[in-house]
This record gives sequence, structure tokens and C-alpha cells, in this order.
Amino acid sequence: MTANGWFQILLFLALIFAVTKPLGVFMARVFSRERTFMDPVLRPVERLLYRVTGVDENHEMRWTEYATSMLLFSVVSMLLLYLIQRVQGFLPFNPQKFGAVTPTHLAFNTAASFTTNTNWQAYAGETTMSYFTQMAGLAYHNFASAATGIVLAIAFIRGIARRQMETIGNFWVDFVRCCLWVLLPFCVVGALFLVSQGVVQNLKPYDKATLVEPQQVQRMGSDGKPVVGPDGKPVMDTVTEQTIAQGPVASQEIIKEFGTNGGGFFNANSAHPFENPTPLTNLAELFCIFAIGGGLTYTLGRMTGSQRHGWAVWSAMAILFLTGVTVAYWAEARGNPLLAGVDQHASALQSGGNMEGKEVRFGIANSALFATVTTDASCGAINGWHDSYTPLGGMVPLVNIMLSEVIFGGVGSGMYGILIYIVLAVFIAGLMVGRTPEYLGKKIEAYDVKMAMLVALIFPLVILVFTSISSVKGFGTSAITNGGPHGLTQVLYAFVSGAGNNGSAFGGLSANTLWYNTTIGITMLAGRFLMIIPMLGIAGNLARKKYVPPSLGTFPVTTPLFTMLLISVIIIVGALTFFPALSLGPILEHLLMGAGKTF
Amino acid sequence: MKKNLITAVLMTLATTVLLGIIYPLVVTGLAQVLFPRKANGQLLEANGRIIGSRIIGQAFTGPNYFHSRPSVAGYGYQADNSNGSQLGPTNHQLIERVKADTATLHAENPRVPVPIDLVTTSASGLDPEISPAAAAFQLPRVAKARGISEDELKGVVARHTQSRQLGFLGEPRVNVLELNLDLDRIFPVVKR
Repeated sequence: MTANGWFQILLFLALIFAVTKPLGVFMARVFSRERTFMDPVLRPVERLLYRVTGVDENHEMRWTEYATSMLLFSVVSMLLLYLIQRVQGFLPFNPQKFGAVTPTHLAFNTAASFTTNTNWQAYAGETTMSYFTQMAGLAYHNFASAATGIVLAIAFIRGIARRQMETIGNFWVDFVRCCLWVLLPFCVVGALFLVSQGVVQNLKPYDKATLVEPQQVQRMGSDGKPVVGPDGKPVMDTVTEQTIAQGPVASQEIIKEFGTNGGGFFNANSAHPFENPTPLTNLAELFCIFAIGGGLTYTLGRMTGSQRHGWAVWSAMAILFLTGVTVAYWAEARGNPLLAGVDQHASALQSGGNMEGKEVRFGIANSALFATVTTDASCGAINGWHDSYTPLGGMVPLVNIMLSEVIFGGVGSGMYGILIYIVLAVFIAGLMVGRTPEYLGKKIEAYDVKMAMLVALIFPLVILVFTSISSVKGFGTSAITNGGPHGLTQVLYAFVSGAGNNGSAFGGLSANTLWYNTTIGITMLAGRFLMIIPMLGIAGNLARKKYVPPSLGTFPVTTPLFTMLLISVIIIVGALTFFPALSLGPILEHLLMGAGKTF
Repeated sequence: MKKNLITAVLMTLATTVLLGIIYPLVVTGLAQVLFPRKANGQLLEANGRIIGSRIIGQAFTGPNYFHSRPSVAGYGYQADNSNGSQLGPTNHQLIERVKADTATLHAENPRVPVPIDLVTTSASGLDPEISPAAAAFQLPRVAKARGISEDELKGVVARHTQSRQLGFLGEPRVNVLELNLDLDRIFPVVKR
């Protein structure tokens, strides 16, 4: 670890601290339908959208109608994405002439993945998807699923803030305002900034470049093995050209991070020089991943009238973030002890450390930071392959997702995720003092705690059942590409990532199979919608309750004590559920690596 | 329910047009006007032909060139097939590959230990850069192959060494393609 590395990490956190208040205030204004400086341009577009889609902007919804609207929208838009993939061969903006996305279970998996804000990718973008599918299918869902997540968090916050009311807002109005005010203007500016640094944005066919030095490469047969000539030597081909994939990348890249989606335009995601060309774009992308999650803590404080509570939640997130990044940075900077005779020390001339699957311009500090941030939030973009991280370095992203991605978190989903933990935390505090727990003036009762526990239990249930089946059955184990405990981690990570709607992967797993496409598809849908419904149930129930003024027996939710209790609950509920699985995967691998064992 | 279903269909279509078609096309138009070179991938040309992108790596194997990092993007630096090795830290294939590459490089320059980035695959398989340590390691070989002194070559490498962006962001690095193109220009290899 170097001083410069830590400086970059702390600078990043300082930027998130700085954006929390302005963005939080702005979002509170947007969703409370107050005036903003963008109204003269955006109000006419908003009204036009309501007219076209038949939305009455003064209609208020109960939580059941809010949930139904959200589900209907998700189903319809998911079907459209499936359809676009299947007919992309007949659609415009397809200079590489890609045919339909096949097999059908891959198209299903991808549709489920982008609708749920997961962006798990069992395909490689540059060899599969037309520019039209990338723009109107995938990038569109980056907006739609992000906006859906954000408005659900806003609905939950309204549930806390409102008193003796039946309604929690209008899904369509919240959705449109989120897209138009929060996401779209920022993305136009941000995309152009990324282009100015070298992220490509064009619609042209892939370029053919003549190599400076022609290369000899082994000819590969259709079975993926090198072709051997009659003399027993491998057949070599001379390669003189390099095909350079292009596309409308920047417009997708920016919403991919700002909406914590994470689905790369290219297979290598944010490690690809056309997606993330410089250290400055890397910082900008990291900033985008945490910005809305950070801002929402301020929105929570503002809309519920307890700004210090917002900061108490922010602090819990920041402490968990720093813990994760410290472990990841330390583990990756130490390097791989099995690589003898190689210089892995950090110096003025190299970042050193475990550089397998990492880019030189990012080095160790920015790769470890990215892996931590992308899984603290439910983003899933990567700038280095988690599969090639050291056992403990790779365990940090895994644990982050297991904690339900509440460390600043996915846009919206991080906020309602941590609100579930807060409900559990005040419940536990209530048990300790023997009083009915209260949260911001609302009594937390049996129904609320039951729903919160439902959310907390569905998550490990889905993950552990599918992981267990996959690690004993041939159709599951045949996809494993790294032996020993690492193989179990590959499978576990896939289902954790799916259920957590993260989308990053231990990428070696050959997951484009009927079994994995289907089960991970189901996992993603369960991880999204089975969480949302009980969560909205709590919101609706809270909105109906009377306000109870705080008394001497109320556990304050604005103090460092609350912050520590919240962290404890997150770790106890989140991590202990998965400790047995972790000890068989990354922890065991770490011990065996120390003993010099390979697989 | 029925009304909301109709709204769901119309909302999907309307926002797809706005966010999925109009938005990326407007950004493309603006990018092509404001930053045409960057938006098109910073392509390098020689004699009217494209010879690569400034920020996409290429493979080099001759002793007279600086070598890029190992790549598993397709057959290596296949820029329409980005990927990393996905080998775990305890995978014997990784350990053996690094061991073999290290032995080869050590034979070429026994004076200093092999820098880690020179024997590990990058995440994209298209990493355009190597660390200054990796460039320094290869210096004796390239100087010898080109028949020039190491000090002469050091100057060129230094010119292509980028320090941290804004002084503190990222890591110092050397762009391999640009460096090699410059070498061919300044110290052409005499064809016999």
C-alpha cells in the first residue's frame, strides 16, 4: 500500500461527502414536486409524456397500486428487451450484421438481468449485441431500472414521513421525474465528459487496423484446441490486422455507473480502454456509482425532517466502505506468494501487487477501490477481473454483496435495503430496553418486523439453494474453471451477484448454459421483486400510522451509538448467514495459498 | 389494473424513444462535433491506412520492439474480443505460465527481477501500457537489437512515460504502441 494510493481512495470518499447534500436536496425537491432550475425545459417534456401515456399526475396511489404499476412496467419493458434481442438482425444500427441473440435462454437471462438492474452478462457485448440493442434495449434499461429503484426508495421514505395517509405517491410521476430531472441531464453532460477523455461514441462499423508488427498465432480448431499439422507441430497463421470494436459507448457508460447498472458495452467492461481510458474517467465512474446512493441519505434526512439521522446512516456506510477497501487494497498489494522470482513490490516505477487481470493505468489502489465500490453499490461494473483477485481481495466484493449492497448501495435499492436493516436495528434496540420500538415517530410493530425478516431471509435462501445444487450436480460443476475452493467461490459468487442484483462475476465461470442462464435469471428476478413487495408493504403500513412524539424511552437514531448498532446488525444478519460458505471458499483458499498449494 | 397496464405499455415505448434512441443519437452528434478524434477511438494512420488506436494495445514479439503485456483477448490483442485470463490465484495454469514467462525474461535480462505487469495478463487483454519498470527491464534488449546505446533509448522511453494524471491519479505508465512507432521513426532497423 502506498501513500498515493490512500490519498486517491480518501479523495474519492471526500468527493462523495461533498456531493451528498446538493444531490440529496435536489432529489428531495424533484420528488416533492418543487420548482427546480431545469423546469422551463423539462416541464413541457414531462407534460407531453403524461399526455401520451395517459397519466393523471394528481392521482395518488396506495402501496398495492404503486407495486402493481411497478411490476407491470417491469414485465412489459422486459418483454420488449427480449423481443429486441431476438429480432435485432432486422433492426437498424447493426453494422456488424449480428443475428438474433441465441439461445433463447441467453436472451431471457439478459432481459431479466437488465430489467432488475443486475446487468449480469452471460454474453460478450462486442460479439453479440447490435448498436440498436445496446442503445434502445440495454442502455434504456439502465435508465428504467435505475429510476425504478430510486422511486421505490422515495416511496419508502414517504411512508416514513407521512402520517395517517393511505397513499405513498404516484409511480408513473415519480418515474418520469426521476428520468427527466435526476438521470438524463447529468448523463448528457457526463457522457460528453467521458468522450473528451477518450471513451468512444460513434455508430460506425468496427475499424480494421494494419498491425505495426505482424504476429504468428496458433490456428484454433472449431473445438477450441490448437490445430496440429502432419509434422506434429501446431499450425501457425500470420495475423496482419486488428479489428477494433466501436460503438455508442459513452452514452451507455455514464448511465451504467450513475444508475449502478454495471453492464459493460464490451466484454471487459470498465477495464476496456474505450470504456475507461484514463485514471480521471476511472475516478469519474467511481464517483457516479456512489453519488445517488450518498445523496439519498440526505434525501432521507430531509424528507423525514431528521437530517442528523441521514448523516448517521451515511457514517455507517462510510465506515463499512473504508473497512472493505482497506482489506481489498491490503490483500491485492501483497500480491500472490505463489509467483516466485517476480517483482511485486510497489515502487516509483510500478504499482506492484497482484496484477493478473488488472490494467497498468489503474494499478492496485484504483482496482481494489473499484472492486469495493462496485459491490458496495449494486453496480457490478469492473475494471479488473475479480476471479483473478487474491482470495481475500476477492472475498471483499463477495461479502459486500452478501451484506445486501447497502454501503451507499444500488440507486434506491441501497436505501430501501438499509431501511430494512434500520427497522431490524431499532427492533433489536427496542427488545433490549423492553419497549415498542419507534423509528422517526412511527411505532415499529409485528407486521413491519415480519416483512423485514422476510426480506432478510429470501436473499440467502435463493442463493444457498441454487449454489448447493450447482456445486454437486454435473450441470453445475462443469462450468467451473478454477479448481479447489476457488471453484466453489465462482459458483457462490454467481448466485450472490444475481440475487443481490449486482452483476459482477467471477468471470471464469462458463455461465452461458441452460442451467445457469435459467437459474441466475430466476435468482435475479427473485432478488429484485420478492424484496420490493414486502418492502413496499412496510412503507404502506408506516404511512397509515399515527405520529408518536419522541419520549425518554425512544432510542435515538441520530447518534454514533445508533451508527454502531446499525453496522453490527448489518454484519450479524448479513455476514453470519454466509460464514460457512465463505469458510469453504475464499478463507480456505487463502490458507491453502499460504501453504503453497495450487489446483 | 387495466389502465395501468396500458400506461405501462405506452410508457415503455415513449421512454424507449426518448432515452434509448433520441438520447444516444444526440450524444453521438454532439461528441462527433466537439471531440471527433476521441469519439472515433483515437485512430493512428500511416500512408493513408489505419495502423491502430492510440489507446488499444498491440502485440509485439520482435527483439527490436518493446513488448506489451501478455494478452488473452482472442489470440492476443484481438480488439473485438476483449477478455482476461480469469485464472484464480491458486490455479496451476497461472503459476506455470508466469514461471515459464519469468524464466524467458530472466534469461534476457538477468540484472533485475521481472516486473509483475510484464508476466500477468491485463483485464481487457488490450492494455495499451506497461509500467516504467517493465519498459526499463526491456531496454537492454531493444537497444542491442537496434544497435544503439541504452542512454539514447532511455531518452525516448522517458518522453513516452506518462506520470500520474493531474499529478496524483492512477499510475505512471508507458504507451507501447506510440513508443514503438517513435522508435521506428528515430532508429529505423537497417534491413539487410
